[in-house]
Amino acid sequence: MEKTFNLIVNGIGGQGVITLLTFIDQAAMIQGYDVRSSELHGLSQRGGSVETHIRFGKKINSPLIPNGKADLIISSELLEGLRETEKSGKQTKFLVNDFIFPFQGSLSAEEIKKQFASNKNEIHIIPASQVCKEKLQNEIVSTVYSLGYAVAKNLIPIKKESVLKAIDQIVPEKYKKLNIKAFLLANDHE
Amino acid sequence: MNSKKILLGNEAIVRAALVSGVSYVTGYPGCPSAEIGDEFGKIAKENGVYAEYATNEKVALESAIGASFSGLKSLVNMKSFGINVCSDALFPLAYTGTKAGMVIVVADDPSCYSSAQSEQDSRGYAYLSKIPVLDPSSPQECYDFTKIGFDISEKFNTPVILRTTTRCAHQRAVVEFQEINPSTSSGPRKIGNFSRNPHQFSTMPPRTLEMKNELLEKIKKIQAYTEESELNPIRKPSASNGAGKISGKQNKIGVIVSGVSYLHVLEALEELKLDLPILKLGFFYPLPEQKIIKFIKPLKKVLVIEEMDPYLEKDIMQLAKSENLKTEIFGKNILPRTGELDAEKVCVALSKLTNKKFIAFKTRNLNLPKRTARLCEGCPYWYILPTVKRLAPEGTIFGGDIGCNMIGALPPHSMYDYMFCMGSSIGISHGIKKSLQLGSGQASEQKVISFMGDGTFFHSGIAGMINAVYNKSNPLMIVMDNRITAMTGHQPNPGMGKNLMGEDAPELQIADIAKACGIKNIKVLDPINQKEFEDTLKEFLEKDEISLIVCKRICALLARRIEKNKSN
Repeated sequence: MEKTFNLIVNGIGGQGVITLLTFIDQAAMIQGYDVRSSELHGLSQRGGSVETHIRFGKKINSPLIPNGKADLIISSELLEGLRETEKSGKQTKFLVNDFIFPFQGSLSAEEIKKQFASNKNEIHIIPASQVCKEKLQNEIVSTVYSLGYAVAKNLIPIKKESVLKAIDQIVPEKYKKLNIKAFLLANDHE
Repeated sequence: MNSKKILLGNEAIVRAALVSGVSYVTGYPGCPSAEIGDEFGKIAKENGVYAEYATNEKVALESAIGASFSGLKSLVNMKSFGINVCSDALFPLAYTGTKAGMVIVVADDPSCYSSAQSEQDSRGYAYLSKIPVLDPSSPQECYDFTKIGFDISEKFNTPVILRTTTRCAHQRAVVEFQEINPSTSSGPRKIGNFSRNPHQFSTMPPRTLEMKNELLEKIKKIQAYTEESELNPIRKPSASNGAGKISGKQNKIGVIVSGVSYLHVLEALEELKLDLPILKLGFFYPLPEQKIIKFIKPLKKVLVIEEMDPYLEKDIMQLAKSENLKTEIFGKNILPRTGELDAEKVCVALSKLTNKKFIAFKTRNLNLPKRTARLCEGCPYWYILPTVKRLAPEGTIFGGDIGCNMIGALPPHSMYDYMFCMGSSIGISHGIKKSLQLGSGQASEQKVISFMGDGTFFHSGIAGMINAVYNKSNPLMIVMDNRITAMTGHQPNPGMGKNLMGEDAPELQIADIAKACGIKNIKVLDPINQKEFEDTLKEFLEKDEISLIVCKRICALLARRIEKNKSN
């Protein structure tokens, strides 16, 4: 891979955004890439928007992705996904969890989807939360499901084996099975 | 043995401190530094290290001073505002110096991602305290600079401040580090040994002024050291990279940069296909003056790139002036002083200086509703804030504090009339209440209610409470005791009965402390009992003296975690 891959993972504090970031960082390292990522903790984690940047490739300088340069957005909430279209480039692809976490003054899912539809970017809206709730009785791994989907659909230059290895290396024993299941669920689905 | 792993900047600091032989870790949790103390809480015992969270940053630093004087290497961790709290102990520490090595991590938060009270550039404390400040840019540098920080501290008997920022402390990247095997390397915890040395450890005039002169001498020596230090490398333009050449009179442009901005500069130069000489300053204080002069002398223009305040820029301008150099120094005239920097902002500044064309990316504004932080599902504060808002008489003044209760300032509560720093809600509410009643000799009609959390109460709320009792004002103080320091990631505090290393500790009762401080009207209740809470509110709002309600109910996230651990 010649060019740096720029990935933004975002969502709401508490949705497992940072956990997913650690999986992708690790998988990218396993594939021999240089990797650098940036995340936010604290106040923003209490139900606010959380945006993390992950960059991997030959040599990574800044931990922040310049506006317009993201290759992929993995968003675990509809409105947060839509928010990223404000600074997406033509090449930016979107993988958005069909899930809404409303607040006073927020938009309806229909309105958000309408706005997505008027966008020319490649956009995948997938029922990650719903599938994980139904099949695994656990919504928190929906971000991992989304990663499985991204890998299966070649939205990200990361191999299935690398993610499985990454999960094995960094997830505590008692949560390994659940994460692997969630990751593979999107593959089985297709 | 060396390992390579992806580490968070804060994790890299922990690894480096272990390798440097740290024995004593103390601090106060805050974002973006909290993972340092938290991680030590988990691994201290197996590594033969003592780790604590102190009641506040001043006490933490004092604790580390005691350890240092007793011969133990120490690491102190805090967020930006922590250095304000501990500065009273920090300045005399520069005079006495340390005995065993001490590194003080201070984590700034440009753009205020998780800081409310100000966008603080803590580097300025270097000038006030005359303590060396190191400014890393990446997790690898967090590791390297912490190690070097301990070396400098031991070599010069000075504390060293490692100043990080959010994008460095919360950056993950591959770090090469020395692996420590706790099963082989750690013996029993190292025991300190205090040998009396009042000549060095006591600041007392006329010795104080002698100490000041000694400190100034020491700084001169450290300055000589920085001139040779590997922390201030010069990156020369690569001759092979023809793409980067700019022609004519503009080829004499250079960059001086510190902290995480260095990484943005590398990105920006690639983006603009420029190849400029860079002096990267890992040392913020003292500066390698001769090196800087040598670097800027042959250049026509130098761009100084630093986040927030123009400290380096001013110093470098002064140096250029004192040497009668013609070099033009640029900085905050073409870079923002507010908010963090990124590659794009650096590109804009560099393009102005080099006349290289750069068009910033045009973002679209969809006017999407902003999602702000909010109380978690089941948060005990849901039983407190709306009730108080409903029952308080028209015109009641509400004071907020730091921690999860900050969310009371945001919709749907939007309650607070003022919000400052840790523990300040009661101090300010005393001042308001006193002002409203001055001259009348009676309690004012208009009510003042101040909120704070349990962590904040122990941190610095107690002093304000005593002041309100002693100086006789009558605000209503509500301590929202959720049984933990929640906002920064669930750290233990003196009200919990546990310490950082998971040992049992005395469980301090907020009500008992308040009683001992002379508050007569005190009620401890579970706010889920709304009737009791409402009745108490009504009763206490009529009191002529200060009153206190302790709303005691466990943080919902913590309760769920305890439940989950039980079932596992």
